[in-house]
Amino acid sequence: MIQEDLERIKSETRERLSKALSPDEINEIRVAVLGKKGQLTQILKGMKSVAPEDRPKVGQMVNETRAKIEEALASSQAQISKKLQDERLAAETIDVTLPARKMERGHLHPNTVALKEIEDIFIGMGYEVVDGPEIEKDYYNFEALNIPADHPAKDEQDTFYINGDMLLRTQTSGVQIHEMERGRIPIRMIAPGRVYRADEVDATHSPVFHQVEGLTVDKGITFADLKGTLAEFAKGIFGEDTRVRFRPHHFPFTEPSAEMDVSCFKCGGKGCSFCKGEGWIEILGCGMVHPHVLEMSGIDPEVYSGFAFGIGLERIALLKYEIDDMRLLYENDIRFLKQF
Amino acid sequence: MNTPLSWIKDYVPELSCTDKEYYDRMTLSGTKVEGWTRFDHNCEKIVVGRVDAIEHHPDADRLWVCTVNIGSAYEGNYTAENDGLNGAAKDSIQIVTSAQNLKVGDVVPTCLNGGRVAGGHDGGPMPADGIKIKAGKMRGLPSVGMMCGIEELGATRDMYPEAPENGIYVFPEDQAKDLELGSDAMEALGLHDTNFDYEITSNRVDCYSMLGIAREAAVTFGKPFVMPKVTVQHALNKDTKDFVSVDIEAKDLCTRYVAAIVTDVKIGPSPRWMQRRLANFGIRPINNLVDITNFVMMEYGQPMHAYDYDTIHGGKIIVRRAEDGEVFTTLDGQERKLDRNVLMINDADRAVGIAGIMGGEDSMITDHVHTVLLEAATFNGPNIRKSAKRIGMRTDASAIFEKGLDPYNAMAAMDRACQLFEQYCQGKVARTYVDENDGLPALRKIAFEPEKINAYLGTDISKDVMLDLFHTLELTYDEASNTLTVPSFRQDLKAMCDLAEEVARFTGYNNVPSTLPKSSSTRGGITPMMRLQNKAAEIMLSYGYSQSETFSFESPKVFDTLRLPQDAPERKAIRISNPLGDDFSIMRTMTLNGLLTSLGTNFARRNKDVKLYEIGKVYLPKGELPITDYPDEHYMLSFGFYGDGDFFTLKGALEDVLDAEGLKKKRVYNADAKRPYLHPGRQANVFYEDELIGFLGEVHPDVAKAYGITDRVYVAVVNLAKILAKASFAHHYSGIANYPSMSRDISMLVPKNVTAGEIEAVIEQRGGKILESYRLFDIYEGAQVGLGFKSMAYSLTFRHKDRTLEAEEVDKAMKKILNGLKDLGIELRA
Repeated sequence: MIQEDLERIKSETRERLSKALSPDEINEIRVAVLGKKGQLTQILKGMKSVAPEDRPKVGQMVNETRAKIEEALASSQAQISKKLQDERLAAETIDVTLPARKMERGHLHPNTVALKEIEDIFIGMGYEVVDGPEIEKDYYNFEALNIPADHPAKDEQDTFYINGDMLLRTQTSGVQIHEMERGRIPIRMIAPGRVYRADEVDATHSPVFHQVEGLTVDKGITFADLKGTLAEFAKGIFGEDTRVRFRPHHFPFTEPSAEMDVSCFKCGGKGCSFCKGEGWIEILGCGMVHPHVLEMSGIDPEVYSGFAFGIGLERIALLKYEIDDMRLLYENDIRFLKQF
Repeated sequence: MNTPLSWIKDYVPELSCTDKEYYDRMTLSGTKVEGWTRFDHNCEKIVVGRVDAIEHHPDADRLWVCTVNIGSAYEGNYTAENDGLNGAAKDSIQIVTSAQNLKVGDVVPTCLNGGRVAGGHDGGPMPADGIKIKAGKMRGLPSVGMMCGIEELGATRDMYPEAPENGIYVFPEDQAKDLELGSDAMEALGLHDTNFDYEITSNRVDCYSMLGIAREAAVTFGKPFVMPKVTVQHALNKDTKDFVSVDIEAKDLCTRYVAAIVTDVKIGPSPRWMQRRLANFGIRPINNLVDITNFVMMEYGQPMHAYDYDTIHGGKIIVRRAEDGEVFTTLDGQERKLDRNVLMINDADRAVGIAGIMGGEDSMITDHVHTVLLEAATFNGPNIRKSAKRIGMRTDASAIFEKGLDPYNAMAAMDRACQLFEQYCQGKVARTYVDENDGLPALRKIAFEPEKINAYLGTDISKDVMLDLFHTLELTYDEASNTLTVPSFRQDLKAMCDLAEEVARFTGYNNVPSTLPKSSSTRGGITPMMRLQNKAAEIMLSYGYSQSETFSFESPKVFDTLRLPQDAPERKAIRISNPLGDDFSIMRTMTLNGLLTSLGTNFARRNKDVKLYEIGKVYLPKGELPITDYPDEHYMLSFGFYGDGDFFTLKGALEDVLDAEGLKKKRVYNADAKRPYLHPGRQANVFYEDELIGFLGEVHPDVAKAYGITDRVYVAVVNLAKILAKASFAHHYSGIANYPSMSRDISMLVPKNVTAGEIEAVIEQRGGKILESYRLFDIYEGAQVGLGFKSMAYSLTFRHKDRTLEAEEVDKAMKKILNGLKDLGIELRA
């Protein structure tokens, strides 16, 4: 008798569960079957009428039925939850091609973007980045760099003077002297900073611009080391395939002196409008530190040698980012800055 | 410097290369070529023709119908159908011309049908691709080519002075008789040539001459260098000293003065080749005498001067400084005011020339000159440069003198000039010259140390290869002393490193190995100030500020624009003595002008919500002006914006910068900053550890307007130099709270003059260790609160690190706080 009841409850419950649509309905079924007044509970209450010897057996049957029903409840519950979730997710489908919402982030100035690249390369090669004064003494800007009072280079550089001995530095090379005077060898330093020349503002000139000076001093530094170091730099900045070319030049404070060209990064050196058909683009000036310069700064040229270089930061930025007018760098139009 | 290759080849006859090869190899050996232009650019099919017949055009007064014999060029270019003459002759064509200068027998450059010329006959700008010449009809008659004017061939009348002003170039008879009809007319004109433009570096004085560049070309291409053969007849039976004595008083400014007398000179045109050479330099040919001195100047790099000897008083040349205030009329007729620093050439009575710059009107050569006094001197370069600059007269001669010349060269140039005077002026040169000098400097000797050169360059070049090179560079080697003697014209070679450069140049810089230093390793990195800047930039970027860069110098008017009083310390700015203009004349002592200018630019361009920052220096004199020593150069972080945001969003960015720099202690905002460029009620100085480290505020509307901004503008400035010592990038983990917190809210009626800062100071002081944080969550002023009051509400959070707080502890702390607040006149609300 009880056995039949149990079977009936089981199948009825299954039947109801299969029709249930929501977790609430499932809960109702749970209460109706397993609740205090539920069907199965009723049957347990009817145990009194069962013969005591049969009771364990019946009890076991009831428990088994209960377990089965709970299992069915759980499974229905899971199914319905899944179904509902699937429906919700389907309904939540969005058009992922709609525009993004961005935080308004700031942008670095292209000079800084270029400078960070340069700094990273040299720091990686053990170079220290140092700073030097922009209002400089004649001695550091000229004399200690082998440019004595009457030297034509002094005129060529169109210097802004403050008064007497003080001037606005025309080149970062004076930082070389400050660094050498500290007397700590080996030296591997770069010194980025502003320099000043009396040029009127136009598309390719600015009276204020930036250079990155470089200096290496140690025992046994060679011209070949200069070439190798700067070739690494060129690859770092313009890409692994970049080739370099050195041309003799003259700077009073280096001997031998050179200018370095890199293979045009637009055409790879074949010649194009960007490199004016040359295949090469001039990047920097460099050379072996003149022994007399070492000597004036208290370094014995018989023991030590070194190389130095000067990079025009704006030149790198203009070339690398294809900026066609230098004035853009100092206007700070946000539409320009946002492109970096 | 601009030079035709043909001139270089005069001294390096075996030189044979394309223009591109010459350009590349010269550039890579150190004589930088800036560019080149071919003289025959765009000229095609230009042959020698002869005008065999000439008739008036029947229908046009100004046109002539010519039969032009083009000899061998006829075949292959023309047939009876298209020669305009129906094959009347198998070597002639018909050309109609408007030129008025032709006659029968004239030999002329003729462009054939299908050929090309460089430009129009008016000498205007040249079209990029030249002008194509096609057969056609002129007033009904066929014209199947074009006879050319010199401008049409891309040349100038300066190069070909015999060319007519308007009309066809006619070959001079002496040349014409040797020309084959139909041959290349450009060849006959010497126009198959290329002009190279060099950038000569200041150390290579010798290369400001043809001989100098030719020497470089010879070594670069490994071909022999051939000096011009100079022999002087010295036909005059007298010595120069019989005519003139030379006295150098200013020996510091003149190391050598060579004088020569040439009599019986005949003035006339110089030879055509010489005129053409000078024209290449842009020097207008004048007459044989002047042209020779100019030619020698370009060839030898030694400027010369010729005086009419008959105008020289007393047979004396005295080289001395001018008197202060002396006035002198140069040969261009201009009066020049002089001073003690200008070197003059005088005769017995007066000045006759400004040394190295320009001669005087009185001693100028005229067409009637008979006896010439020729000068080749060596003047002090820097002095000439300064004098030329001061007088405002930079001449071809002074531009060369100012580089500092080789005194040995003066004599060589004098010989060359005298030779040409004999050849082209029929002059008789005196038996000997006057050569006034205090002894010429000895030729420099440098120890030959190939191993040092190799060690310096990182090369392994044999001693013999080096010696061969030095030999071709005209250095002489003495084995016994192991020294190299440097020729006088190589003033730049002074020491081992200079020799190393020669070795590297002619080995090829690009054949030197490329290595990395093998030396001790070093630790790279940046300075603490750079780290500080990087951190500030990081925060700025995250807050949406973009980086700007502005000039370090500006106008002193900026201080007025910023409403600073006359005695404001900011006005004590370092002044540039030779600025580009008043607008760029002082080194900035504050950064606002740059920032506001940039914001103004953006505002004018209608860019919305612009936020900018700049990390740049201000330049602050340490003592009184003018400065005599280094000033303080302080890096400032400046930032500002217009558009979306207010004082407190600005303050938020500022606080986060300070947090990020490790300035985590209490920042004090003092509203009593009194900065005239800021809104009087919306500004504050920022103090940290009792030091002023910056300020922030809303820009005064008058100032904003002055920069063209009609919106509210907010700016903040932090002196990075001042926070450097206080900054720290150390981090300490203080654990994450394990025990629950307790919150209490306070609602207050606050007298209007009590600031949040004061309230917070009370909360902080009295909250005790268990006070974790506090937050202002409501502030209200208006109708619901009484006049002179504002309503403020704070939420306070308490927590103990090691245990759960008891309510009584919090109540106790709150009571202390509330008592403190009451003391400020604050009324607590329910």
